[in-house]
Amino acid sequence: MKRLRSVWDFWYDFVVGDDWRGAAAIVVALAVTAMLVHLAGVNAWWLLPLCVFAALGWSLRRATAGKA
Amino acid sequence: MNALPLILTVFVACAVEAVEALTIVLAAGLTREWRSTFQGMGAALVVLAAVVAVLGPALTLIPLSALRLVVGALLAIFGLMWLRKAILRAAGHKALHDEASAYLREVAAAEAAERQSRRGVRDWYAFTLSFKGVLLEGLEVVFIVLTFGTNQGNIWAAVIGAAAAVLVVAGTGIAARAPLARVPENAMKFAVGIMLASFGIFWGAEGAGVAWPGNDASLLGLVPAVAVVSLAYTALLRRGGGGTAAQATAPAARPSEEPVS
Repeated sequence: MKRLRSVWDFWYDFVVGDDWRGAAAIVVALAVTAMLVHLAGVNAWWLLPLCVFAALGWSLRRATAGKA
Repeated sequence: MNALPLILTVFVACAVEAVEALTIVLAAGLTREWRSTFQGMGAALVVLAAVVAVLGPALTLIPLSALRLVVGALLAIFGLMWLRKAILRAAGHKALHDEASAYLREVAAAEAAERQSRRGVRDWYAFTLSFKGVLLEGLEVVFIVLTFGTNQGNIWAAVIGAAAAVLVVAGTGIAARAPLARVPENAMKFAVGIMLASFGIFWGAEGAGVAWPGNDASLLGLVPAVAVVSLAYTALLRRGGGGTAAQATAPAARPSEEPVS
């Protein structure tokens, strides 16, 4: 069990890193993009870059909150 | 897409990882003993080769759109993580990665550790230190090679980029017999973060069904856009102040001039 836990911790840290919210934002943005493309017929190429920029800003803001 | 951008991207990304692995291997080899260090390195390379042998062919069986969606998401997440750290470092909110201090820390730990023989290895500490260092940094190399190579349908170009990076870094390290502290590692990490995030966005959106305006040529707009936004965030954070990292006084906004790592 302990070994499984450490394997999970390693892969979580390897892929997701310090901020799971950023990873979640990207997954949600991709899901919304796919829905817009396949269900609404909108070629939403602009959505993912905007979400990544916003997620990055949000993550940085949280990382530096209270330091300014 | 031309193979050159792929080779260069993989080369820079893998060089960063190779520099970090070299620091650990040198610390183990120079302070403990080389034979066990090389055994650890060799064992890690065997594990990495097995990962490539299993995952490489498996990835080619996945339909390209699904592959791009999953790999794009992973790369975008990975890129976001790298960019976040790079921007925090460049803005002085996180200490710059310093290969010389990392080396000294490893050396101090290696000198303090007891010498133990185990499973035919003369110095178990040197073996495990080298094994873990090469395996952990190598996994990132494998991830980058497999994702970039399979998505571009040119795994060999990615392998060439990675192999060249490892050879150049290892060759320089052997010649210098010291960690490569003068390599502008923080600037390279910033650049790699930009490339990982850009390719992640491009492939992820494509996997989700998007048709990029101009197809592959849209990367020529996407990469600079990610770079400009990242630099703008860096400038904003620096202007906002509050950087408390020890090396915040370094010319971090000009990463290519960083004195260490």
